[in-house]
Amino acid sequence: MIGLEHYLIVAATLFVIGIFGIFLNRKNVIILLMSIELMLLAVNINLVAFSAYLQDLTGQIFTLFVLTVAAAEAAIGLAILVCFFRNRGTIDVEDINVMKG
Amino acid sequence: MSADLSIILPEIFLSIFAMVMLLVGAYGGKDKLASLFVWITAAVLVAVGAWIGFQGAGTARAFGGMFIDDGFARFAKVTILLSAAAVLLMSEGYMARRDLLRFEYPLLVVLAAVGMMVMVSAGDLIALYMGLELQSLSLYVVAALRRDSVKSTEAGLKYFVLGALSSGLLLYGASLVYGFAGTTLFAGIIEAAQGETPIGLLFGLAFIAAGLAFKISAAPFHMWTPDVYEGSPTPVTAFFATAPKVAAMGLFARVVHDAFGGVVSDWQQILAVLSVASMFLGAIAAIGQTNIKRLMAYSSIAHMGYALMGLASGTAQGVESMLIYMAIYVTMNIGTFAFILSMQKDGAPVVEISALSLYSKREPMKALAMLVLLFSLAGVPPLVGFFGKYAVLLAAVDAGLVWLAVLGVIASVIGAFYYLRIVYLMYFGAEESELDKGGSGILWGFLVASAAAMVLGVVNLFGVEGAAAAAAATLVN
Repeated sequence: MIGLEHYLIVAATLFVIGIFGIFLNRKNVIILLMSIELMLLAVNINLVAFSAYLQDLTGQIFTLFVLTVAAAEAAIGLAILVCFFRNRGTIDVEDINVMKG
Repeated sequence: MSADLSIILPEIFLSIFAMVMLLVGAYGGKDKLASLFVWITAAVLVAVGAWIGFQGAGTARAFGGMFIDDGFARFAKVTILLSAAAVLLMSEGYMARRDLLRFEYPLLVVLAAVGMMVMVSAGDLIALYMGLELQSLSLYVVAALRRDSVKSTEAGLKYFVLGALSSGLLLYGASLVYGFAGTTLFAGIIEAAQGETPIGLLFGLAFIAAGLAFKISAAPFHMWTPDVYEGSPTPVTAFFATAPKVAAMGLFARVVHDAFGGVVSDWQQILAVLSVASMFLGAIAAIGQTNIKRLMAYSSIAHMGYALMGLASGTAQGVESMLIYMAIYVTMNIGTFAFILSMQKDGAPVVEISALSLYSKREPMKALAMLVLLFSLAGVPPLVGFFGKYAVLLAAVDAGLVWLAVLGVIASVIGAFYYLRIVYLMYFGAEESELDKGGSGILWGFLVASAAAMVLGVVNLFGVEGAAAAAAATLVN
């Protein structure tokens, strides 16, 4: 029987993979965007699992909001990335270094 | 239902205003209208701020408790709207001269302000998230406003990636809180988070705190701040340093008191650690900076540390001191950025601190106003900035956090060094600076008004203290 904890473990694993994707990735900014998406989807699994477990719809409504906002976020991220590519001619993570900080 | 709608009328009005302006701008004169839009928007923001400010007392809840309109929210909203309007007015001349004034800019500021208003009024995790994202998404775009500049787009990209990461952390925390409390309403969470708290709730609280710490740029989640401040166009930096900080601090206070008010000792430690780390990092890392925008970034990190100290006290007095501190911080920053915006050489903006050498000989009045502001930022008595620091230190001591207050005093002494270095440079520098004389009357007005407020405010802080106390009383019972 697959219970709540299994879903939570899958979500936690995906979330950690997403965070590692952001910090260990040295190659491409697109991979950063994918990692961010992975984190948000891990959260959605969490919310839906809790929602089913608690027999409460709020979690699924929350999921729909998260999906919508994630789409808007990805659109804005890609738009900024396109602007950056036009100016810099590259989207390698190593080359986002005009300012050091 | 209509009662609910009347409670969020200011937010609805501002959203519709932004959408109408967007249509008018897109089908009308595009960027030719930008200057007009800035003035109209600033006027509308001030009008809505006055509307909210004079709305009267009382607490109202809309949509089953998802949206709370109380004294605390109103105090934060008035601060947010007035500072956003001030920044818009300061931006107009600077942006027009540099061909940056697009009609989208005032609209994005309005949308960000609506997001911030929802944030400080949030009574539910979903409302919190929606407000936060509306604010953040607008801010990512304004950071990259100068589309043809590598620095500005890089700032936008960095802000976006780290902002999205922080939203992810916050959401993960929200999902855990929902799962272990069984509800997303703050009113329900506070019932679940009493006494023996489930470990899942505490994990959720830690994740939410980390996400919010990103938004207020508290150390160790501050790494985006210097780069974003440096890369964004200066008026946008001025905006970042003011309204969003108030909104995020307001949201932080809302979450810890409304949702986790039953487990004060659990979040007190988190906030105290964030506070100490921010104060010391801001004070020490700012010393080596040569760019005044980066310096202001570290300065804002340090100031967030003091505001967090007030919040860490966990009392109504702590929230009150935090609100006073934020109001003073915003006023000082508006004046300081008015000065930075007016720094130019042959019409081109200058951000090097070394350019201020012997500035007092060229512009004695401006240098004097800046001196007052820098002393106030450093917390030198008897200026108003000192009373802000005094209030948070007092709140920490009264709450038994003497060690935190002592560390705060030490950090403020270290931090005073880099403010005083600028003063030293302006009055006793080596060679005379070649910055342009004169400049825009609006910037001059904001600079003088802000500096005068720092001096005259010592009489009674313009009544902010009473308003903040009333606001804090509605949040903490």
